[in-house]
Amino acid sequence: MILHKISTMHSKNANKPKLLWLQGITCNGNTHSFLNLSSLDTLLEKFELLYLPAFETKHSLEEIVECKLSCDILIFEGTYDPLMKRADASVEKVLAHYAKAASHIIAAGSCASFGGMFKAVSPKRNSGILFDEEEKSGPLKEDDKKVINLSGCPIHPEWLGYTLQMIVNNMNIPLDELHRPLELYSPLAHHGCTRNEYFEWKVDAKSFGSKEGCLFYEQGCRAPMTHASCNKILWNEVSSKTRIGTPCFGCTEPDFPRKNLFKTKTNMSIPQDVPLGVPKRSYLTLAGIAKTFHIKRLEGKLIDYKTTP
Amino acid sequence: MARVTKEEKKHGIITAALKLFSEKGFYITTIPDIADKVGMSVGNFYNYFKSKDILAKELVLYISEYLGSQIREINERDISTEQKIYEIVSMYFSVAQEKPEMIEYFLRVYLSNREVFGEGCEGMICVSPFVTEMMMFFNDGVEAGDLHDQDFFSAFGLFMGYLGGMVFLFGEKILPEPLESYKDDIAQNIYNALKKR
Repeated sequence: MILHKISTMHSKNANKPKLLWLQGITCNGNTHSFLNLSSLDTLLEKFELLYLPAFETKHSLEEIVECKLSCDILIFEGTYDPLMKRADASVEKVLAHYAKAASHIIAAGSCASFGGMFKAVSPKRNSGILFDEEEKSGPLKEDDKKVINLSGCPIHPEWLGYTLQMIVNNMNIPLDELHRPLELYSPLAHHGCTRNEYFEWKVDAKSFGSKEGCLFYEQGCRAPMTHASCNKILWNEVSSKTRIGTPCFGCTEPDFPRKNLFKTKTNMSIPQDVPLGVPKRSYLTLAGIAKTFHIKRLEGKLIDYKTTP
Repeated sequence: MARVTKEEKKHGIITAALKLFSEKGFYITTIPDIADKVGMSVGNFYNYFKSKDILAKELVLYISEYLGSQIREINERDISTEQKIYEIVSMYFSVAQEKPEMIEYFLRVYLSNREVFGEGCEGMICVSPFVTEMMMFFNDGVEAGDLHDQDFFSAFGLFMGYLGGMVFLFGEKILPEPLESYKDDIAQNIYNALKKR
C-alpha cells in the first residue's frame, strides 16, 4: 500500500545518495512515525529512493531482494531474525548485501537498535542489527563504524530527519557508546519536562493522566534515567508523553521493554532506580528534605490556586 | 599550649549542652549553665550560637549525623541483612550506654519539645542523615530479597520504636537485666518481623 507520494520523486536523481529502507520483524511503527516529519517532502528530495515501505519508490521489494543494486544509506527497521524471509528472500542475506556498500546504516527504532519488543519472540536468536541489548554481537558487528542507532519506540521523526540531513550534508555525527547520536541522546527525557517542579518538590501525580504532579514516584516514569530528547524536540512539534501525563517508558534504552511500565518499582517506598548519575544516598537525603515542605500551589489543581487570599 | 580552634570550642559546647539538656531538661538549662560548663563567658557563647533554640537544632543534627555515620558503616559491610540488624541494635545500645546523652536528648528533648524544633528543623531536615541511612538499609534488604516489601514508615517505626522503647526502659532503670543481654533476642525479633514472608 502506498501511503505517501513524493511529487518530484523520479526527477533529478543524478548524484543523489541512494536510500534504501529494509525491515525485519516490525509493527511498521517507525515507518509511520517518519511520515509525521513536517519536512519530509523536502528532505526526501535530497535522496534517490530505492525502496521505502509505504512510499512510492523506484523499485519494488521483489527487485530489491534480488540483491542486484547497491545503496549509500541503509535504514533498517525492526528486530533482526536470521531466519526471517521477506519477499521469499533471507533477510540475513539481503541485509549483508546492502550493508556492504552502504556508507551509513541507520537502525530505525529500538527493535533494530537493541532487539526491542520483538526480541521476545526468540530472545536468544533475535537482536538488533549491531547490538543485542547492550552487547555488540549483532550481524553487522564487522561494519560497526557505519551503524547509527536511533532507538525509540517508535523512532522520533525529527531524530531520523536530523540524522539524514547530517549525512547528506557530510557532517560528522558524534555517537555515544551505544552508537546513538550524542546531539539527540545525551539529554535525558527528564530535561524539559513540564513536570520538573513537581519532581523537585516530590509531589506525585494524584491519578493517571492528571495535568499536575510528577510521574516518577508512582507511575513508573523512567525519564530521569533515559537518554532521549523527547522533551527538548517535541513530538509532532507540540508535546511529549510526560507532558500529557503518560510516564516515560525508557524506550530508547537497551533494556526496553521492561515489565510493569506504569508502576515505579520501589523497595519499602524507596525508588529502586534513581536519577542517572545521582548516588541513591544523595537522592534520598534531598528527597526526604524536599518532602518535608508542603507547597500549597503544587498540591492542588493549578487552575484552582489563588495568588491572593 | 596548643591553641583551641573555634571548631573545637563549638564541639565542646555541643558536648556540654547535650549532657545538660538531657540531664536537667531543655527549659531548665540556661545559656549561663552551658557557658559555665565549658568555661567561657555568656557573651562569648553567643559568638558560637545565637540562641538556645539554634543550639538545640544543631544538637539534633549532630546526633543524627553521628548515628547516620555509624549505620552507614554497617550498611557498607558485606554481611547479611540479619547480621546488619544485629549490628545496628548493638551499635544503638552501645551508644545508649556509652553516650547516653545522645539518645536521651533525642527521646527527651527532641521528641518531647516539638515547639522548639519547628522552623528550620521540621520533618526530615535535622534527622535526614540518620533516616537516610535507615532508608538505605531497608532498600538494600528488600533488594537482596531478605526483607518484606512494605511502606517505609511501617518498618522504620517497628525498628526504631522498639529500640527507643528499650532504651527508655533502660534509662528509667526498669530493665531487670543489663541492656546488652537483650541484644540477641531483640535483633532476632526485628528480623522475624521484617523478613520476607
